[in-house]
Amino acid sequence: MGASLVKLVGKRIGLSIILLLAVSVLIFVGTQILPGDVAQSILGQSATPEAVANLRAQLGLNDPAYVRYFRWLFGLLTGDLGNALSSGLPIGPAISERLANTLFLAFWAAAVSVPLAILLGLIAVRHRNGFVDKLISASTLAAVSLPEFFIGYLLIYFVAVKLGWFTSVSTVYDGMPFLSRMSAIALPATTLTLVVLAQMMRMTRAAILNVMQSAYVETAELKGLSRSEIIWRHAFPNAVAPIINVVMLNLAYLVVGVVVIEVIFVYPGMGQYLVDHVAKRDVPVVQDCGLIFAAVYIGLNMLADIFSILSNPRLRHPK
Amino acid sequence: MARQAKNAPDRGSDTLLDIRNLRIEATAYPPGEAPRNLVIVDDVSVKLERGKVLGLIGESGAGKSTIGLSSMGYGRGGVRITGGEVFLNGRDILKGGERGLRKLRGREVCYVAQSAAAAFNPAHRLMRQVVEASLKHGVSSRAEAEKRAIALFREVSLPDPEHIGERYPHQVSGGQLQRVMTAMALCSKPDLIVFDEPTTALDVTTQIDVLAAIKKAIRDTGVAALYITHDLAVVAQVADDIMVLRHGKKVEKGDTHQIIKEPRQEYTNALVSVHSIPHEEQKPAADPILSVKNVTAAYGGGDVKVLKDVSVDIYPGQTLAVVGESGSGKSTLARAITGLLPPMAGSVEFSGRTLPPRLANRTRNDLRELQMIYQMADVAMNPRQTVGTIIGRPIEFYFGKRGRDRDRMVAELLDKIEMGTGFADRYPAELSGGQKQRVCIARALAAKPSLIICDEVTSALDPLVANGILKLLLNLQKEENVAYLFITHDLATVKSIADSIAVMYRGSVVRYGSKSEVLQPPFDAYTDLLLSSVPEMELGWLEKAMAGRRMEAAGN
Amino acid sequence: MLNIKRIPISALIGLFVTLLFVLAAIFTPWIAPYQNTEIVGDVWAPASAAHWLGTDNLGRDLLTRLLYGARITLFIAFLATALSFTLGASLGFSAAVIGGWFDELLSRFIDLFMSIPTLIFALVVLSVLPATTLTLILVMGILDSTRVFRISRAVAVDINVMDFVEAAKLRGEGRLWIIFREILPNALSPLVAELGLRFIFAILFLSALSFLGLGVQPPESDWGGMVKDNKDGIVFGIPAALLPAAAISVLAISVNLVADWILNRTTDLKGGRGNG
Repeated sequence: MGASLVKLVGKRIGLSIILLLAVSVLIFVGTQILPGDVAQSILGQSATPEAVANLRAQLGLNDPAYVRYFRWLFGLLTGDLGNALSSGLPIGPAISERLANTLFLAFWAAAVSVPLAILLGLIAVRHRNGFVDKLISASTLAAVSLPEFFIGYLLIYFVAVKLGWFTSVSTVYDGMPFLSRMSAIALPATTLTLVVLAQMMRMTRAAILNVMQSAYVETAELKGLSRSEIIWRHAFPNAVAPIINVVMLNLAYLVVGVVVIEVIFVYPGMGQYLVDHVAKRDVPVVQDCGLIFAAVYIGLNMLADIFSILSNPRLRHPK
Repeated sequence: MARQAKNAPDRGSDTLLDIRNLRIEATAYPPGEAPRNLVIVDDVSVKLERGKVLGLIGESGAGKSTIGLSSMGYGRGGVRITGGEVFLNGRDILKGGERGLRKLRGREVCYVAQSAAAAFNPAHRLMRQVVEASLKHGVSSRAEAEKRAIALFREVSLPDPEHIGERYPHQVSGGQLQRVMTAMALCSKPDLIVFDEPTTALDVTTQIDVLAAIKKAIRDTGVAALYITHDLAVVAQVADDIMVLRHGKKVEKGDTHQIIKEPRQEYTNALVSVHSIPHEEQKPAADPILSVKNVTAAYGGGDVKVLKDVSVDIYPGQTLAVVGESGSGKSTLARAITGLLPPMAGSVEFSGRTLPPRLANRTRNDLRELQMIYQMADVAMNPRQTVGTIIGRPIEFYFGKRGRDRDRMVAELLDKIEMGTGFADRYPAELSGGQKQRVCIARALAAKPSLIICDEVTSALDPLVANGILKLLLNLQKEENVAYLFITHDLATVKSIADSIAVMYRGSVVRYGSKSEVLQPPFDAYTDLLLSSVPEMELGWLEKAMAGRRMEAAGN
Repeated sequence: MLNIKRIPISALIGLFVTLLFVLAAIFTPWIAPYQNTEIVGDVWAPASAAHWLGTDNLGRDLLTRLLYGARITLFIAFLATALSFTLGASLGFSAAVIGGWFDELLSRFIDLFMSIPTLIFALVVLSVLPATTLTLILVMGILDSTRVFRISRAVAVDINVMDFVEAAKLRGEGRLWIIFREILPNALSPLVAELGLRFIFAILFLSALSFLGLGVQPPESDWGGMVKDNKDGIVFGIPAALLPAAAISVLAISVNLVADWILNRTTDLKGGRGNG
């Protein structure tokens, strides 16, 4: 234990940093070196040559691509996210407020969906082919088939409009009391939960079943241990790692799913911000938002891997 | 079928386990078909006295493990006990419900699995798992249980018995884990232990050590045991009585001497005499058909040398057996010869000319002359091709024969492997294990090769089926004058079919010559160990073998 | 041969509904009651004999819009899936069979692509590309081909190391024989099931983009776009936006049921007769 484990984790973190750098290049390339003149395509075909030239200068398009890339990267590293084209305002403050809103929404969605998914997954294993088990297969089918906006608008239509329990638009603002804030995000958080829950339950169920079918669980059974002793002492320690993995992967999915859901509920988060500026062809904002989403995604995947490294007895106790 | 009279269970007598008219069923769900009911065990009765060892023997599908587990009231994988009674210590355990079963499992009956590596929980230290049943059933305090465990570790000759319990399962070798599992089974002082093929997954030289440890532990603790195996020679070393099973039914039961020396049933007799195929050794001809000259080969760009300076010759129409344990490099030798793994040094000569080291550079005729048969016939055939296509392809490919000509040759080949032409339209999934291997043999023969490499071709098969394959190979050798390079870990097979033998150990040939020379003393240390480790169907062989050993097995 | 009686009822329903959607999409101009962009009534009129499903936010016939929406949705999703499969499967198979640096390079590159969430990547790229149908098809097809690459490579690698492929190599068979005669027949069923899943993904992805206003541009409209057009009605209790969303769900569930069945039928490599 010790040195080799630290080395493995360090390696995984290093890999993520390299990956993030590569992703930043990819995002940059994706927005800069596509066919056609970016400035022209932003302003449209009817723009005057002067306007295009101005925009080119403003975007720094006259510099070589690598100079622009490093300028952007250096800015990011020093906390300067640049200015939005459409409004001319600095991107940093705008993003930090919206990122906080998004994380708030994602956090509560996760806080509901993760324990619920694990609990239901456990019940499904405990009573195989029982009600919960069948519910899982049916809801998984629904979850991979229903678009997020269908779930979202169904909730709005029935819960907000017909029943009037919540507002259909999730407005949040600075200094909003906690309870009103919670009430505002109730529907979007529910939608998010429904979107990730089924997949998470199914994967949790599969992870536990996989462990329950292993030979050492049979050994425990043949020692005369009770069902709960088997689950807690023998299955659980081995199922923790795959379950954490499942949770992390689904959280990554959740962070992406947030984009559409924020638009449905007109929630002032990162997703809404990104979509608005894609429509306005505001490249600097899109680059920054894209990279932040990618960073969260890569980070969660990295955490999933690190947890599996840390929980593997073969790595914790090398020969 | 001998049906025992139904009388009251004899309480307090010497009978420990009394299984009566056991019937076990399972439901199979073949894809796309209606579920089918299968009878796995049909009307089997087993009686075992305290302190005795009963061997349950049979081929795969005989129901022996299922019977063994029924003594704990356990059905693996949805198997149901649908009839009969299981008396243990005088009470019918099937009537005691789940609670009753939990009380006896790990207390009165313990289980030793085939793969201890999988049967131990990777997340816990060994000691915790070894004493778990004792604590659960209140047999002893933790301190006492651990003390007893250490004594048992010593009993089964584990190295460093004081501290081995502090290790995790992955830190201990397979042979050692199997002993730890035996100690674990003994720790809660049960009346009965079910050994389910405890040495099958081990290398032959490791197997005998574990077998000896198990035997000694049984003797010293006086526990009764059901010893389940497919290997009659193994069970003959530890069992007082043997029951032979086939297709879930009892064939014969008797004391060990009677079963192996005077079997009453034809099936038992076949199992006993399975290894005795008469084969007269042929003298080497003047020129070898294939010469391996000083071949050195490695994986991963030369870091791990798996073959070191290996030289062997194979003569036309004869068999060279390459023997060794896992990791000895014997399969790598086959890959080097076929060009799948080009050697780093040395050469392979075929009828006097040097073959290009890489597969890609060999001519079609070179490839035709050298065919291969695999261990797992299952995966050696494309599941989407019919037998006719599988055997017909080499005929098309090498001889350009199509249509009727090809079909006629396929029919001839099917005839040669003792299968009818009706099989040409079948898919591999519709064949039995032995039939699959026969089709693979036919595919190799279709190329009319001078040499066939047989890589463990019988080790995945049941003994009787394997026997049939060996006989077929010997007959075909006479008819077609084809040479074999026969790779195996099983010395009994070698004795049956080889003309010359090469013994491999850690990538080198340690002994090489004609069969009679190689099997003639004086031996080098490894060959001695290997030869002395092959179980013989003799009472008392184990003690003799252990006494005469000069070298420690690698697995310990 | 396929025996229709052995197809489970769920898959039959899925097959039937999917077929219905495809036929409706093909014959839209003949069966749609009105012109696609024709304004025929009040805004958000309720269902009536003239307008079975009512009208939309501009007073266009909702049924007509749904049928034309099916046409566009299926058309783009079909082409994007075809592109992603051709690209992904051919690269995946080549990587598996050729191996070595080719495989390594391609796999690392795909890993990089997949470390950005698909929707985010699409948004980034669409912020600078012209909003045309061709762009949509290309972006969707190329981004999704990374998934197809992964799975087809994994399937092919698994088969490539099996003894029967080695036997073919030892016999001296060429690369084409090995790919098309040994590997492909065994990889076909998982790939066909994957095809279904990718198609659903394409439909959902396109709908999401259009919903965000970045997919099909007005006056043309796919289902996702229709949801966007009519979403403001929801607040007033007008369910027009739910119809196209439901249509997406029904189609996706149907295709899923078929894909599930194909996948279950062939989870193992053992099959011969009645399996292929």
